Amino acid sequence: MSPGVFIFLAALAVISALGTVAQRNPVHCLLALVVTLLTIAVIFIGLDAVTVGFLQAIVYAGAIMVLFLFVIWLLNLQAELRSAPGYLALKAIAGLLSAGLAAELFVILWHAPSAAGAQAVAPAGYGSIGMLATTLFSDYLVAFEITSILLLAAIVGAIALARRIPSARAVAPVQAAAETPVRSEVA
Amino acid sequence: MVPMSYFVALSAVLFVIGVAGVILRRNIIVIFMSIEVMLNAVNLAFVALGRRLGSMDGQVIVFFVMTVAAAEAAVGLAIILSVFRNRETVNADELNLMRW
Repeated sequence: MSPGVFIFLAALAVISALGTVAQRNPVHCLLALVVTLLTIAVIFIGLDAVTVGFLQAIVYAGAIMVLFLFVIWLLNLQAELRSAPGYLALKAIAGLLSAGLAAELFVILWHAPSAAGAQAVAPAGYGSIGMLATTLFSDYLVAFEITSILLLAAIVGAIALARRIPSARAVAPVQAAAETPVRSEVA
Repeated sequence: MVPMSYFVALSAVLFVIGVAGVILRRNIIVIFMSIEVMLNAVNLAFVALGRRLGSMDGQVIVFFVMTVAAAEAAVGLAIILSVFRNRETVNADELNLMRW
């Protein structure tokens, strides 16, 4: 990756990440986040991690973002109002803490031996599906199998959480009736 | 060629932006998005350092991080939906039921 391309991608990633944090309309935040994720996918491909880069674009910028968009749509979120009073102190504290964390990270990474130096020439086939699969299904086979259990638990958990609890209907029947379309979308 | 430390520095910057978002924002969904930014910053560091060491392990870890992030997004958004159904809000300041 040439320096010019890197600077362009890095600036794009940082600006869109700032947009994610700073925008007041959640949909705008989401759009900025998609730009961040796609930029990182391109950086992955530039780092010879082609398979992971495409996975990032498909899984993150595709599937997970659609999930976010559905939830924003279901909740009918509007742009936030201006900051409440007393919020300035929080901003100051957040800025201070973030600056401290940034300083810490840079000191740690500056001393990391593996971060020094330019990228070496990649071995043949580096980052290809074949090499990723060989590593995944040999050294990380147990972790891979456990991941399937994690996903199953996540599916069951998400359905159980998003399902309407029957007792809630008894407490507020009118509200529950009004929410019927929301539930059918979740299911 | 771009030195590897630049990629790691970019990852640090993105992570700090995500942390600032988690502290500053009150909308739970946007806090969630900030967490996604942090996860991606870490992924970038994994890929960059794996590339530097010529090892595939970093990319495999990124694969696992993506899986965990997908599971986390599904469960987290389900929790947000169920909280919104009961409390009619996604403002983190108003969700103080578990505060003592």
